[in-house]
Amino acid sequence: MEIDPFIFRLSIFILSIFVGYYVVWSVTPSLHTPLMSVTNAISSVIIVGAIIAALASTEGNTFSSASLFGYLAITLAAVNIFGGFLVTQRMLAMYKKKKKDKK
Amino acid sequence: MISANLSAIFYLISGVLFILALRGLSSPETSRQGNLYGIIGMVIAITVTFLSVGNFSSGFIYVIIFLLVGGAIGAFIAFKIPMTAMPELVAGFHSLVGLAAVFVAISAFINPEAFNLGFPGKIKLASLIEMSIGAAVGAITFSGSIIAFLKLQGIMSGAPITFKGQHLINALILISIVFLTYFLCVSQNSNLFWILIGISFLIGFLLIIPIGGADMPVVISMLNSYSGWAAAGIGFTLENTALIITGALVGSSGAILSYIMCKGMNRSFFNVILGGFGATEQSSKDKNKEQRPVKSGNADDAAFLMKNASSVIIVPGYGMAVAQAQHALREMVDTLKKNGIKVSYAIHPVAGRMPGHMNVLLAEANVPYDEVFELEEINNDFANADVAFVIGANDVTNPVAKTDPQSPIYGMPVLDVEKCKSVLFVKRSLSPGYAGIDNDLFYKENTLMLFADAKKMTEDITKNL
Repeated sequence: MEIDPFIFRLSIFILSIFVGYYVVWSVTPSLHTPLMSVTNAISSVIIVGAIIAALASTEGNTFSSASLFGYLAITLAAVNIFGGFLVTQRMLAMYKKKKKDKK
Repeated sequence: MISANLSAIFYLISGVLFILALRGLSSPETSRQGNLYGIIGMVIAITVTFLSVGNFSSGFIYVIIFLLVGGAIGAFIAFKIPMTAMPELVAGFHSLVGLAAVFVAISAFINPEAFNLGFPGKIKLASLIEMSIGAAVGAITFSGSIIAFLKLQGIMSGAPITFKGQHLINALILISIVFLTYFLCVSQNSNLFWILIGISFLIGFLLIIPIGGADMPVVISMLNSYSGWAAAGIGFTLENTALIITGALVGSSGAILSYIMCKGMNRSFFNVILGGFGATEQSSKDKNKEQRPVKSGNADDAAFLMKNASSVIIVPGYGMAVAQAQHALREMVDTLKKNGIKVSYAIHPVAGRMPGHMNVLLAEANVPYDEVFELEEINNDFANADVAFVIGANDVTNPVAKTDPQSPIYGMPVLDVEKCKSVLFVKRSLSPGYAGIDNDLFYKENTLMLFADAKKMTEDITKNL
C-alpha cells in the first residue's frame, strides 16, 4: 500500500515545528525584534503561491479574476520580502561590540 | 520548465536556508550572515517557481512589474522607518502576510486547475480544508494586525475596548467558522467560502480590540505566530515544502515569543487574550490615594548624585522610546564613562511594545550590546550599584510584585531597583503605570523623582555633569 503524499508533508511540518522550537529558543533575547522582522520576511515566501496564481491564466487573458488576486498577493508579499529583509539588515548592522581601544 | 522533483528539492534547500537564517540570530556576530541565508533562500524559491511554471508570456512581465512595485515600496519603508516605530512596522507587515495568504487562497479557490487541486465545484476535499484554514487564519492575522497597528500608532486608543457578552460573541463566531468549513467541504458552495473569509476578518478585529497597549508585546508575537500558520496552511494546499517549513518555523517562533512575553508579565496566555487588563484595577487604586510626600529634584541634583557614584545601572522603558531619548541617554552615559563610572543597562523582558524593543533602540544609539543585560543577568548587581537611573519604566521596577499578593502584578519578575543606594526616576508625572497601581518606589527615602520629558532631562543632566 502506498503512503499518501499528504503524510509526507505532515511529517515535514511536524518536524519543522520542532526544529523551529529549538532554533528559536537559542535566539538571544536582545535579537528578538530582528527575529520578528526576519520571520516576517521569510513567511512571505507565500509569494510562490501568488506567482503560480498570477501566471496560471490561459493565453490572451492575463487578467482573469484568479490571476488578479495573484498580482495583488505578489505586490503585498514583495513589500514584505524587501521591507522585512532590509529592515532586519539595517537593525543588525547597528549591533556593535564595545570598541577595544576604549580606556 | 524543470521537473516537479527538481523544484521540490530546491524548495527544500530554501527551507533549510530559512532555518539557518533563524539560527544565525543566536548571536549578533552570526546574525548578519543568517539574514543573507534568508535572502538567498527567498531568491531560490522565487526563481524556481518561475522556472517550474515556465510561462514567460505577457503575464510574466506583469509579475515582474508588481514584484518591483511592491519591492520598491518595501525598500522605501525599510530605509525610512525610525527605529522607535518598529512595533508598528512589524504589525503592519504581519497584516500584509495575512492578506496575501487570503488572496492566494481565493485565487486557488476560483482557479483550482492552476494548482492541480481539481475543478471549480469539485475541489479535492483535503485541499479545500487546507485552503479554508489558510484563508481563515490569514484573514484573522490581517484584521488583528490592523487593529494592533492602529493601537500602536495611537490612531486608536490603547485602552482596552470591552463590552458585555464579548467573549460569548467571539466564541460563537469561532464555532461558526468551524461549521462553515464543514459545510463548505460538503457543498462546495462558493458563497460559504466568502462568508468564511468575511467572519474571519470580523473575529480578528474583535479578538484584538479588548487587549490593552502594554500587552502589545504578546499580541504582536501572537500575530507573528498566526501569520506562520496561515502560510503553512497555504503550503499544504500548494504542496510546497518551502512554505510548509517556513510556516512551521514562523508559527513556533511566534508562539515561543508569546510565551516568553507572558512569563515576563507572570500572566497566562488566556488572561492576556481575554483582555481588559488594567481597566478593572482602576477602582481599587482610587481608594487610598492620599498624598504621600515625594522628593523631587532637578537635573543638577541628578548630575551630582551620578558624578559621585562608581557604578550606575540604567533601566529604560517604553517612555524612553516615546520621548526618543535613546541618543541623549547614550551621550549622558558617555560623559559618565569619561569620569570613570561603570555603566550598564538592565532590560526587562516586556520593556517596550515588542520583544527586544529596547535592545534595538539602544543599538541604534550606538550602545555596545555587551553593556546591555537581561533581567536574570543583572538583577543581583543592583545591590552593589550606587545609582539606578530609571527612564520611562515603571511597573517593571515595582517592588509590590514581590511583597503584596493582592497586587495585580504580584509574581511578575521585576528589576530589584530598590536595592540600589539611590534611585533616580525620570517621569513626566506621578501617574501610575499601565497596571494602574501605585509604585512604592516613588516614596522611598532614597528615591529622587525627576519630573520632566525624558529626552530633555537627560540632556540637562549631561550639561551639568
